Amino acid sequence: MSLRSPLGRARGLGSAKSGTQHWWAQRLTALALVPLTIWFVIAIIAATGSDHANAVAFIGNPVTAVLLILLIVATFHHAQLGLQVVIEDYVHTKPLEIAALLAIKGLAIVLALAAIFAVLSIAFGGA
Amino acid sequence: MSTDNRPLSPHLQIYRPQLTSVLSILHRLTGIALAIGTLLLVWWLIAAAAGPEAYDAAQAFIGSIIGRLLLLGWTFALFYHFANGIRHLAWDAGWGFELRTAYTTGWLVVIVAVALTLVSWVAGYAARGGI
Repeated sequence: MSLRSPLGRARGLGSAKSGTQHWWAQRLTALALVPLTIWFVIAIIAATGSDHANAVAFIGNPVTAVLLILLIVATFHHAQLGLQVVIEDYVHTKPLEIAALLAIKGLAIVLALAAIFAVLSIAFGGA
Repeated sequence: MSTDNRPLSPHLQIYRPQLTSVLSILHRLTGIALAIGTLLLVWWLIAAAAGPEAYDAAQAFIGSIIGRLLLLGWTFALFYHFANGIRHLAWDAGWGFELRTAYTTGWLVVIVAVALTLVSWVAGYAARGGI
């Protein structure tokens, strides 16, 4: 038997419901990003200034491609979780807050997909 | 229900900035900067997939003065957020809340972030064989 008042339920106030899941996902992606970031920094420094052929060889290498995709997924998930908290903290009008959250999460999905598509098309197509 | 005209307690005018609070907001700011920076990463990957002309255009921007400046800022944001992120993960595990420990790890984070930024840029220029 829920202790919430009908008004509280109607206004949607109270527990954020999936807060714990959000917290944990943020930590998991952070943990994954520790080794991925170290790898990425070293790899990108080694590949710095490459011409197109070398860049394609670097990205298209199977190990690199898989690690890049893992990096992309972890980064965009971690980033949108973080930006969600920022928006929730600073945007005080509800419609604007929801619009901003939708925009950020939508953008994260689109950009992640575009980046993964680019990596795969290089790895499979030899652009 | 307008929240615009309620009175608020002053905070920024009252509390002196401390290492803890400054590093905390810096973690948030670098996080936002990194998120914006993913745009460059995605552009570079798509440009590489698109072909030599698109790729060269992306590389030209990155190699320009403004591009290098942005990259330098982004590099520092990355290393700072990375180091302080590990400090956060330690807190999540329950370690490091003692005030002295928090200050020690805080300074460590700043030093490591600056050092890694310098090292990575020196290494980058060395890999290119000069400026």
